[in-house]
Amino acid sequence: MIPITVDNLSVTYSNAKLALYNASCAVEPGTITALVGPNGGGKSTLFKAIMGFLSPNEGNVKIGGLTVEKAQKKQLMAYVPQSDEVDWNFPISVFDVVMMGRYGYMNFLRIPGAKDRRLVMESLEKVGMVEFRDRQIGELSGGQKKRAFLARALAQEGQIILLDEPFTGVDIKTEKQMIDLLLQLRAENHTILISTHDLASISTFCDRTIFLNQTVLASGTTAETFTQENLTMTFGGLPMTSLAFQNSEVDA
Amino acid sequence: MVVWNWIVEPLQYGFLVKAIWVSAFVGLVCAVLSCYITLKGWSLMGDAISHAVVPGVVVAYALNIPFAIGAFVFGFGATVAIGYVKSNTRLKEDAVIGVIFTGFFALGLVLVTKIPSNIDLFHILFGNVLGISTGDIIQTLIAGCTTLIVILLRRRDLLLFCFDPNHAKAIGLNTQVMYYTLLSVLALTVVAALQTTGIIMVISLLVTPGSIAYLLSDRFDYMLVISAISSVSACVLGTYVSYHFDVSTGGAIVVLLTLFFVLAMIFAPKYGILRQKRQVCS
Repeated sequence: MIPITVDNLSVTYSNAKLALYNASCAVEPGTITALVGPNGGGKSTLFKAIMGFLSPNEGNVKIGGLTVEKAQKKQLMAYVPQSDEVDWNFPISVFDVVMMGRYGYMNFLRIPGAKDRRLVMESLEKVGMVEFRDRQIGELSGGQKKRAFLARALAQEGQIILLDEPFTGVDIKTEKQMIDLLLQLRAENHTILISTHDLASISTFCDRTIFLNQTVLASGTTAETFTQENLTMTFGGLPMTSLAFQNSEVDA
Repeated sequence: MVVWNWIVEPLQYGFLVKAIWVSAFVGLVCAVLSCYITLKGWSLMGDAISHAVVPGVVVAYALNIPFAIGAFVFGFGATVAIGYVKSNTRLKEDAVIGVIFTGFFALGLVLVTKIPSNIDLFHILFGNVLGISTGDIIQTLIAGCTTLIVILLRRRDLLLFCFDPNHAKAIGLNTQVMYYTLLSVLALTVVAALQTTGIIMVISLLVTPGSIAYLLSDRFDYMLVISAISSVSACVLGTYVSYHFDVSTGGAIVVLLTLFFVLAMIFAPKYGILRQKRQVCS
């Protein structure tokens, strides 16, 4: 079980916009942790810093005590991207996308072996996408698209899985399926960090919650931290009723 | 019989046989790379490299070294310059590319008129495959084969890099290396195509075959095949047309390729205009 520690992290973009300031938090090993905050509050930036897609101006991220780079090389972290980060017209099949999760284990030529194929099929099975494996990725529904990329994360066998807005554009049934799958992964000792707008569902499956708006405002168990006070502090002047029932589609 | 003569008659001329082989080879190399360039959205980058090689060719002739080396150094140098300016200023990429490649190109024009050499600027700009020398063929072969081998070995990584560079980083692959690998083979391809279509039209060979294939297929492997077939046949046919009608070889190749593109755009079974129209109507 591997924790994530974020220590005193500051990120400024090249247009001089301050995205994160002195953010410190810990993602406890073997838990599902929700990351919530308003748009532009730095959620994606924190994700990118944890995944090593950008280098912070100050502070550092440690994955089980290792630097991000070392953790990447050891295949510790898998990332499920937001839908609008993916080129859905790309000429690639679901099977090939999931196989990309195995590249880090393969040799220089990336020729898949029997184990790679087996794990890809098992991952597809876990998310219920076996029958769609030969589809071009753009031919999938919103929920199937998410499951395809979740399968890639599973094939990678990363102990830590980060999901960026996984419930955007997904129907309730698929959301339930995905939550079940996340709970199952937690039972298998995965550490899961998930950024979401669906505040209503957080208390149903997230063990811990981190509130983020430019910096970490509160973090701890969902039972203790998921309060009106913290929500108001994070989201500012919006009336509470609009937050509690805020639908993810509003944002998309 | 007429068709047979049309095909066979030119083959009695050694220079023409050579030209057909070289064009077909260049067509193949460009077709393969074209699939990656179209998917990555690097057409402008190809345009930039092709224009930026001009000063390299002139300097190479002046120093009496193979033109391919000079062309590659300047072509690749331009992309490094573009990368540097882009990450150190607030300018957008298209503006940076525009500034750098015209700068390189203009430098080439100045040099070619100042340094005494036997370079025919017209041949650099528009190609001269009918008059290609053995030395130039060897350079074309080396540049082209290197490109094919690199792509063959790194094809999966390059495809991942085009599709999802973030995932590549997340699994610990070095995306910087992939970026420069793709740029180098792009520069090498431009060098290989220099003698066939010239620098103005090489962009057509780098973009059109991949675009045709993208309209016709949803699988990358099929894309490669379709791209290669359309590009090689346009190159061979274009060379014939150029001989029979006494027109520019590069011009004939690009006109044919563009014609193929228009056909694909209209009649493609899934993504063609006709099909899309029908879907809207029904």
